[in-house]
Amino acid sequence: MIRSDPVRLYRTVRLIRRFEERALDLVRSGAIVGGIHPYLGQEGIAAGVCAALRDDDLVTGTHRGHGHVLAKGADPARMLAELLGRVTGLNRGRGGSMHAADFGIGVLGANAIVGAAGAILTGAVWARRRRGDDLVGATFFGDGAVNEGMLLEAFNLAALWRVPVLFVCENNGYATTMPVDGAVAGTIPGRAEAFGMQAAVVDGQDPEAVRVAAAAAIARMRAGGGPELIEARTYRFDAHHTFEHVVRLDYRAPEEVAVGRSRDPVEIAGGRLGDADRAAVDAEVEATLDAAVEFALASPEPEPAGALEHLYASGLVARTGDA
Amino acid sequence: MPRLSYRKALTRALADEMTRDESVFLLGEDIRVAASNVTAGLLKKFGPERVIDTPLSEQAFTSFATGAALAGLRPVVEFQIPSLLFLVFEQIVNHAHKFPLMTGGQCEVPVTYLVPGSGSRTGWAGQHSDHPYGLFAHVGVTTVVPATPADAYGLLVSAIRHVDPVVVFAPAGAMDVRADVDFAALAPVPIGKGRVHRAGTDVTVVAVGHLVHDALAVADELAGQASVEVFDPRTLYPFDWDGLVESVSRTGRLVVIDDSNRSCGIAGEIIATVVERVRLLAPPARVTRPDGAVLPFAPALDRAVQPGREQLRTAIQLTLKEG
Ligand SMILES: Cc1ncc(C[n+]2csc(CCOP(=O)(O)OP(=O)(O)O)c2C)c(N)n1
Ligand SMILES: [Mg+2]
Repeated sequence: MIRSDPVRLYRTVRLIRRFEERALDLVRSGAIVGGIHPYLGQEGIAAGVCAALRDDDLVTGTHRGHGHVLAKGADPARMLAELLGRVTGLNRGRGGSMHAADFGIGVLGANAIVGAAGAILTGAVWARRRRGDDLVGATFFGDGAVNEGMLLEAFNLAALWRVPVLFVCENNGYATTMPVDGAVAGTIPGRAEAFGMQAAVVDGQDPEAVRVAAAAAIARMRAGGGPELIEARTYRFDAHHTFEHVVRLDYRAPEEVAVGRSRDPVEIAGGRLGDADRAAVDAEVEATLDAAVEFALASPEPEPAGALEHLYASGLVARTGDA
Repeated sequence: MPRLSYRKALTRALADEMTRDESVFLLGEDIRVAASNVTAGLLKKFGPERVIDTPLSEQAFTSFATGAALAGLRPVVEFQIPSLLFLVFEQIVNHAHKFPLMTGGQCEVPVTYLVPGSGSRTGWAGQHSDHPYGLFAHVGVTTVVPATPADAYGLLVSAIRHVDPVVVFAPAGAMDVRADVDFAALAPVPIGKGRVHRAGTDVTVVAVGHLVHDALAVADELAGQASVEVFDPRTLYPFDWDGLVESVSRTGRLVVIDDSNRSCGIAGEIIATVVERVRLLAPPARVTRPDGAVLPFAPALDRAVQPGREQLRTAIQLTLKEG
């Protein structure tokens, strides 16, 4: 989407917001085990970046990855079924929240290891282009990842080999409880610039601002430019992980949280729509998610006998653990 | 018959697979000039697009290979030092190996990791002399350790064609082995299939990698006293348990010689599995590096912690005396 499409952008942020809120309900009810890392507050980044991508472009996400997968176009029903560990899930219940993947739409997976996905995406984009597919990629990561050597190595490889990857840093101010100021020497754009990459800082709460910045970077990349970085400044509205709903960790002052929550991407995107349009999108999203919840809850759980299916693409059956 | 060195067999396997399959390419450090001598001549034959020198960024280029494999290519990654596998263990195990299961079978990761000169290189001391094949067998990554030129050729070819990641250990102690080989008969060697190098009736000696040659020499020395069968597993994971059980069922005795540290080493697994399935005539024995060994520099010390012929002879005689 090169041109602005406020309705579509709003639909995406609203879908992610309501998906996450319903997922939180399902965590509370016990239907989702293991909890989730809610993307609440950061929806504008996935929505804005993915709006600037084509369907055939590739992405990788993070442990806080629901938004990336949904914004790239995954079926919310199958995504939710994955969170519930059902056979109808995107990964047939083998991945869960932190590993949701949908290769058919270019989502090479959320990835639970901080800083790990950038090099994987760089290799995938490089390989696809070498095979003649004129596509680009976007890899999302948090502010915590910019201190991971493997990500910085990936910056170097991508820049050196001019692989068109948009490195999208979602700077929500914290890596779990560690504030950025306590962890990042120098700056996040400065890391990219050190490798000769162009870098921009955008307001991650404004989905349109993210889209514009991403579209500009991607246009340059499609025209033969190398990788670029966008630091999207954002705020995580909820817990690092839902375990924080049970164990309160004291690292963000209530006043800070209130200020952070006051700039809501859903309101910012929604405010650009007429009331009728907004209500129509809201109704459509609710209907989609009603159906998704119903589908996920009604879906069968996988058979324990098949627990290690897909362990080997070769079909090798591993030895069992019993006598 | 022409003579083929182990090293040349690896080169030939790479060249044949690169000729046969456009999607095969090489990635590694100083491979254009063939510092390890394994990629000699390949740059000239296949060009810099398929013989790619990387910066010293093992973690990134290992995951880059994962991404390229996800996108349909078949990377072969050469590592200069066996201990570099410690550096990229996370990238291989946590990503390349886990992707098929975690995505519910959405992808394949056909990467080959080639370690020319694994184990002691005599005089290279503590950080260059590791033999971590057991680690990969432990986590369930396909692991091959060819002993002969023909197997080096055949297993590397099979590794490249395999749909899952494969680590190919080419022991330093085997790299200079030469054998008479009918080039026309060089063929893929199936992964997961062991080989009886020397038939015997009194005891089965399982030898890994270069130690196969030591085991054959010891078997010859002992020919007057005992009939020693030498079993070369060739693949450590998945192991040819049926082939080994067949051998030990005939001989009733088992000795394993394995160039890795004792605790949790592959020798322990081999013995455990055999005694689960076969009633032995005498307690089994193993010859390994000591627990937690770090290879010291001085040649006599280096040799002192590697399993050797003398120890193997003693172990065989011990099992023959009992039972
Ligand atoms: C390499 C690695 N180290 C530690 C962890 C545990 N961990 C999971 S998320 C997280 C914080 C990540 O912070 P950030 O990158 O800023 O992303 P955010 O959670 O803020 O979205 C940590 C430490 C991990 N998953 N991977
Ligand atoms: Mg963060």
